[in-house]
Amino acid sequence: MSRELCMGNQALALGALKAGINVAAGYPGTPSSEILETLDVQVKARGLTALHVEWSTNEKAALELGFGASLAGARALVTMKQVGLNVASDALMTLPYLGVKGGLVLVVADDPGPISSQTEQDTRQFAGFAKVPVLDPSTPEEAHRMIQSAFDLSEWHATPVIVRPSTRICHGAVGLDTSYDYVPHAVSGFERDPRWVIFPRRTYEGHLELLSRLSAIAADFSASPYNALINTHATAPAHQGIVAGGISYAYLHDALLQLDDLASLRLFKCGTPFPFPQTLALQFLEGLREILVFEELEPVLEREFLQLIGRHQLKVKVFGKLSGHANLAGENSVSLIARQVEALYGDNGFAPPLDVTPQTSTGSGSNPAAVAPDLPARAPVLCAGCPHRASFYAVKQALKGRPAVFSGDIGCYTLGNALPLDMVDSCVCMGAGFTVPQGMQWAQPDVLHLGFVGDSTFFASGLTGVVNAVYNQAQVTLCVLDNATTAMTGSQPHPGTGIRLGTHRAAQESTDVAGGESGTNAEGAADGEDAMGAGGATSAADTKGALDIPAVLRALGVRHVAQVDPFDLKAAQEAVREAVSHSGVSAVVFKAPCITVAPPQTRRGVDPGLCSACHKCIREIGCPALIVTSEKKARIDQALCYGCTLCAQLCPTHAIQPLQAAKGGGAA
Amino acid sequence: MSEIVIAGVGGQGTVLASKLLAKAALLEGHAVRTAETIGMAQRGGTVLGHVRIARENNYGGARTGSHSDLPLSPLVSAQSADLLIGFEPGETVRALPFVRNGGAVVTAMQTLVPAGAAASSIVQGYNGAAELAYLQGCQTTGRLGSLMVVDGVAACSRLGSFKALNVLLLGAALATGSIELSEQALLAAIDALVKPQFRELNKQALAQGMSLLAAQGDLEETRS
Repeated sequence: MSRELCMGNQALALGALKAGINVAAGYPGTPSSEILETLDVQVKARGLTALHVEWSTNEKAALELGFGASLAGARALVTMKQVGLNVASDALMTLPYLGVKGGLVLVVADDPGPISSQTEQDTRQFAGFAKVPVLDPSTPEEAHRMIQSAFDLSEWHATPVIVRPSTRICHGAVGLDTSYDYVPHAVSGFERDPRWVIFPRRTYEGHLELLSRLSAIAADFSASPYNALINTHATAPAHQGIVAGGISYAYLHDALLQLDDLASLRLFKCGTPFPFPQTLALQFLEGLREILVFEELEPVLEREFLQLIGRHQLKVKVFGKLSGHANLAGENSVSLIARQVEALYGDNGFAPPLDVTPQTSTGSGSNPAAVAPDLPARAPVLCAGCPHRASFYAVKQALKGRPAVFSGDIGCYTLGNALPLDMVDSCVCMGAGFTVPQGMQWAQPDVLHLGFVGDSTFFASGLTGVVNAVYNQAQVTLCVLDNATTAMTGSQPHPGTGIRLGTHRAAQESTDVAGGESGTNAEGAADGEDAMGAGGATSAADTKGALDIPAVLRALGVRHVAQVDPFDLKAAQEAVREAVSHSGVSAVVFKAPCITVAPPQTRRGVDPGLCSACHKCIREIGCPALIVTSEKKARIDQALCYGCTLCAQLCPTHAIQPLQAAKGGGAA
Repeated sequence: MSEIVIAGVGGQGTVLASKLLAKAALLEGHAVRTAETIGMAQRGGTVLGHVRIARENNYGGARTGSHSDLPLSPLVSAQSADLLIGFEPGETVRALPFVRNGGAVVTAMQTLVPAGAAASSIVQGYNGAAELAYLQGCQTTGRLGSLMVVDGVAACSRLGSFKALNVLLLGAALATGSIELSEQALLAAIDALVKPQFRELNKQALAQGMSLLAAQGDLEETRS
């Protein structure tokens, strides 16, 4: 057995391969993206021709496609991040009524914190709303086993099943036996049956069926290996118990290692939050007078206990988020849980609710030596050489002095919000960058309205917004930031690139069977998103079927469509001025590749003799490669410069020049 | 049990550094859990890597669900890290609350000034001097057991690549004895995880990093 370092997402992918999946689809989203990328690496490395892996245009397409595969009797895996489930929810809500044939498992990754998301929504709660069973792993190893069980569960009960790892599971790594045999699930083929067609009468029947199915699953879950009652024979303190689900169980487990006197508290580890394993929970409650519940995001388990205790009229007090005894938002941690357990149970009394202000990593008072210096805030920024910077700058310069509102969207380009660009006035969700400006425009027509959407987002959720603008004749300018990749999530391809997963079998240089070796890029730097980008910037790929964004815009009825290289600052500004002067819907496609998918150009350096120290470059574009020397002149960090030339184009004294290769190495 | 935190700025190579440590630990037969920052912060934001290493016989990843005495969390807790490897002095100070009393710190000397620098007065005077002085103060009072400050720019210039800072710092940390892993295991981890064309550079960086401590020692002897 070979143990490889394996991140949770890789463990999930390998588990799905062990389950013999036939089809895998998803849309990129942190922290879920590496699942499909790992499958892609495996398909290519092992020549798994029986497995179709794809990035779908969005999560809804992926889930519907997964259901289609299931109808044909195949095992299908569908992956997304938590907000992706919002997009897929139209399909998800109906599927339990129809049921499934081949196993259909969704991995929906939650992001407590959040670390890389726009909401702290809880997929366990969504699963309850949709009436879909959900499994909640506490470690990557458990996620690996759970996903295999999920396919069996899906087929036994003819229901879609959700596995919901959280970020620390997805991106946590452990040593795991990564060997596996891929035996594709035997595809039985589609059989016509009226039950596959949703109608109101069918919905009523299906509703009753799914409720009885959930009761049966809840009973099964009371015997599930993913749930555990621990210390049931503990002697003292016998009337107090603790409940934990997901990663919070790992934190609780480690917290109790530090609390010797409380290490024998009765515990309930819950890995199957919905449908709630009531029988097991009642067994846990026997003899208890107080329980404390730890879970991230929503108080799902806490509410289940309150309901159960109420129905059975038990005299058990429930402490948790709702009572102010556990974290209301953000992540849990070992030290937080240790404090909260100690506060409630430490002296065997009822402690007052804690101050649940989340801990910050910048603690104070830990240093007796001196006061820690104030540290500069380090918010994420657009990379040096990022084409989005040039696009935003061109728009900003072109419309200088004219009242305008800039509606943004989800992706790297949300970072255009930061100073000094300051070019994202709103950001809601995928696709809203094209629709929000339309509404604003009807309300406030005397201002210019521009919407910004990335290329992957354009295909995922932007198209309907374009049609809406054309149909209703909104006076807006739609800007597509086409950097030839899905950058923020790790450089995945999209319909505009034509690159598909699993379509070329070129053996990749790989010693890591789990596929995470892509994280060990190059010289070890750039642990950027490309760190895990196994599936992304594949060269020599088949790009047939690449969709041309300007052609799509024209086909959708946009009369004025311009495409421009944002690094040609003059041309880009001109294109913007022309577009906004057009009556009706206009579009500008800013086309230049992301630095993660294109090689660097000749780097630039500052000639100190010519630099007038005006700092225009530093003040206006916010490039991380531009710094000030001790002589107050501008300097370009050669380790970061990508040779995009934007700074050179705006320098009033032409002090920024191409560097000769020989001058490379040190900073210029 | 050995708990390590790696702190840096997105793009500096912290993810590879923690992977190399974890892989080396696996190769030596230890159990390991790691957690890394992946996502938006990688665009020049603060990034942290957590590596928890333990001997297999007292560490039990596979036995999830039973209440054993084997740690399960992927994150290093506050005041628990035996070693902090900082890629940038400000980030080293920011991550200091993770370090246990008497723990070790290895930090790069040079700052990375956050972009959009004109906005902040803190940033304008930011050169790392206050951060390094603070860290030295922590060592004087015993808050830190050891502190090693690495001139990353000088060492990387000798190596001919600024991208090798991550492995250079691993070498420096290895030489201080605060990582319970062998050089052989780290070299094997480089072979396993780094593309062939960059293996030699990374091995040189490891060796260069390991030699820095001896050089620093010589320097101090000369001064005294």
